[in-house]
Amino acid sequence: MATVELKDVRKTYGGTVEAVKGISLSIPDGAMCVLVGPSGCGKSTLLRMIAGLEAITSGTVSIDGKVVNTLGPAERDIAMVFQNYALYPHMKVYDNMAYGLRNRGTPKDEIDRRVRGAAATLGLTEFLERKPRELSGGQRQRVAMGRAIVRNPKAFLFDEPLSNLDAKLRGQMRVEIKNLQRSLGVTSVYVTHDQVEAMTLADTLVVMNQGVAEQIDTPMAIYARPATIFVAGFIGSPAMNLLAAEGGDNGKGLKLASGGFLKPRDIVLPESGRSVLLGVRPEHLTLVGDRKNADIELKVTAVETLGADTLAHGHSVSGDARSGELIARLPGNVGVDVDDLLPLAINAGSAHIFDAGTGRRV
Amino acid sequence: MSPRVTFPNKLLPYLLLAPQLAITIVFFYWPASQALRQSLLREDPFGLQSTFVGLANFRRVLNDPNYINAVQVTVIFSIATAFLAMALALLLAVMADKIIRGRGIYRTLLIWPYAVAPAIAGMLWLFMFNPAMGTFAYMLRSAGFGWDPLLNGPQAMTLVIAAAAWKQISYNFLFFVAGLQAIPKTLIEAAAIDGAGENKRFWTIVFPLLAPTTFFLLVINTTYAFFDTFGIIHAVTGGGPGKATETLVYKVYNDGFVNLILGDSAAQSVILMIIVIALTAIQFRYVEKKVHYG
Ligand SMILES: Nc1ncnc2c1ncn2[C@@H]1O[C@H](COP(=O)(O)OP(=O)(O)OP(=O)(O)O)[C@@H](O)[C@H]1O
Ligand SMILES: [Mg+2]
Repeated sequence: MATVELKDVRKTYGGTVEAVKGISLSIPDGAMCVLVGPSGCGKSTLLRMIAGLEAITSGTVSIDGKVVNTLGPAERDIAMVFQNYALYPHMKVYDNMAYGLRNRGTPKDEIDRRVRGAAATLGLTEFLERKPRELSGGQRQRVAMGRAIVRNPKAFLFDEPLSNLDAKLRGQMRVEIKNLQRSLGVTSVYVTHDQVEAMTLADTLVVMNQGVAEQIDTPMAIYARPATIFVAGFIGSPAMNLLAAEGGDNGKGLKLASGGFLKPRDIVLPESGRSVLLGVRPEHLTLVGDRKNADIELKVTAVETLGADTLAHGHSVSGDARSGELIARLPGNVGVDVDDLLPLAINAGSAHIFDAGTGRRV
Repeated sequence: MSPRVTFPNKLLPYLLLAPQLAITIVFFYWPASQALRQSLLREDPFGLQSTFVGLANFRRVLNDPNYINAVQVTVIFSIATAFLAMALALLLAVMADKIIRGRGIYRTLLIWPYAVAPAIAGMLWLFMFNPAMGTFAYMLRSAGFGWDPLLNGPQAMTLVIAAAAWKQISYNFLFFVAGLQAIPKTLIEAAAIDGAGENKRFWTIVFPLLAPTTFFLLVINTTYAFFDTFGIIHAVTGGGPGKATETLVYKVYNDGFVNLILGDSAAQSVILMIIVIALTAIQFRYVEKKVHYG
């Protein structure tokens, strides 16, 4: 157990490809930090630098207060769970879990005790004598976890450990990993591109984009106050709607490009004439009785009924090209059809305003 | 069940197989059956008539101390050649796998020797180590080492083993490189995180996972050492000095084509055939059990 600290960590491949562009991050002892972002944003690269599998171009990585930049993966005392599990195919489950302990010269009976303990925790006892290829995907995943926990390392590193499992098993393993991590209290870094995993597992969430950490905070804070347009669009499903707007006269309210004037509450408003993007989550668009109270009118182009909710896709009736597609999450019992015109109110207290130029929150 | 491909025409599959079958029959079954027939006959010195003598040829061959010597030579030669060729190839492949820049060039250069014909390879080694004019022979001698493979049996053996192994290294190298590439990088990384140093990783992860390749090469190299090294031995030592490098194959040639004792020579080829079949069967039966296929 230990803290993990990154200071302005950078990675350049072959002198030209900047995969990680200066990330600083501090993970307290026992916390779970999740790195989330689109494919190719540098999550794995960052994780592998923490693990010692990739050289650090500049900056420092410290584990337990000690800079580990020059240490090999073995000396950092971390354990890693890989996306493809990386189980040793020629060894039995028992030997897969015992391998790391044997390499560190742990006494035989101690190894046996720990391996059996971990196997019991993970429900693997009856599979100890099997080879990895004789296991299901979920069981292999557990063995990979087992291999990590028997070592009792300072930190766990996970690189998309659940992405090879089916949806149901993924949900189940997600909960298990969370419980295990909590009960063992081991500091963890978890890489995923699945935002449900990101939201549910993280104590600290890092949203990455093109090698940069766009925002680092708790999942709820990121959801409630996304720092950039990228974060706003990435966290939350379906994605946040973004409407072109500009600051109203004397800084009171917003002029929507699609027509209409809005007075959001509890939020800093832009100066008059400054062009911005108004972000509204689909769940913060509500259906109102008549057009007079509506902030925008949605022309429905597609409907998804999810049971509890209905998602209405469409675009603003008077909208120009910039307003693009909008999605409203409506209660499941509302009957909506394609080509309907829906009068919608924007929940003014939950609006987000971003500068159209920089993409930063105003 | 996967769907079976069926041919509309009953004859077509046999026609497609015909060329391969024809080659096998003409170049393997027919000579093999001739050898078998010949091994039971005794021919008169002029080759005018032959008499059926049953297993007499076999009896004589197996009681011949020269034949027992050839068996010993073959065992030493084959084990040493196969081991040397495989061990060095594996070492080179592991090294080449580590290189990042210029990888392709290294590999290409290391594969070239395979294109050299056995007799030429033999001549190269012969020249390099010829006591009278060889560069290496000169170097050995000036280092105070009494190098004379023309008179010294063990030295002659060392020379043919070196030449034979050198010739086969390229082939083995190619397969080991491919085998190494097929091992997922994450396994090596996982082992590194698990605290295994480079040596330990090689022996506990890489080497076991290479087992299918190693086993395949073991079979190939044994057969190579038994049969395909004839050209090298012929060029380098001609089986000498004395009979120090006369392997079973070389003796078949010597007795049959040089001394024209056809019955004995045929009996020897039959025995050789049985030995190789038995050896391959043993390899598949016992060694393959230990091989893990991913
Ligand atoms: N060995 C390498 N050489 C050169 N570029 C690399 C190398 N490894 C990764 N990259 C580049 O670095 C960037 C980040 O890669 P990385 O694997 O960290 O992405 P990721 O966020 O893990 O993506 P994914 O979700 O698809 O796994 C990518 O643009 C990738 O092409
Ligand atoms: Mg990745």
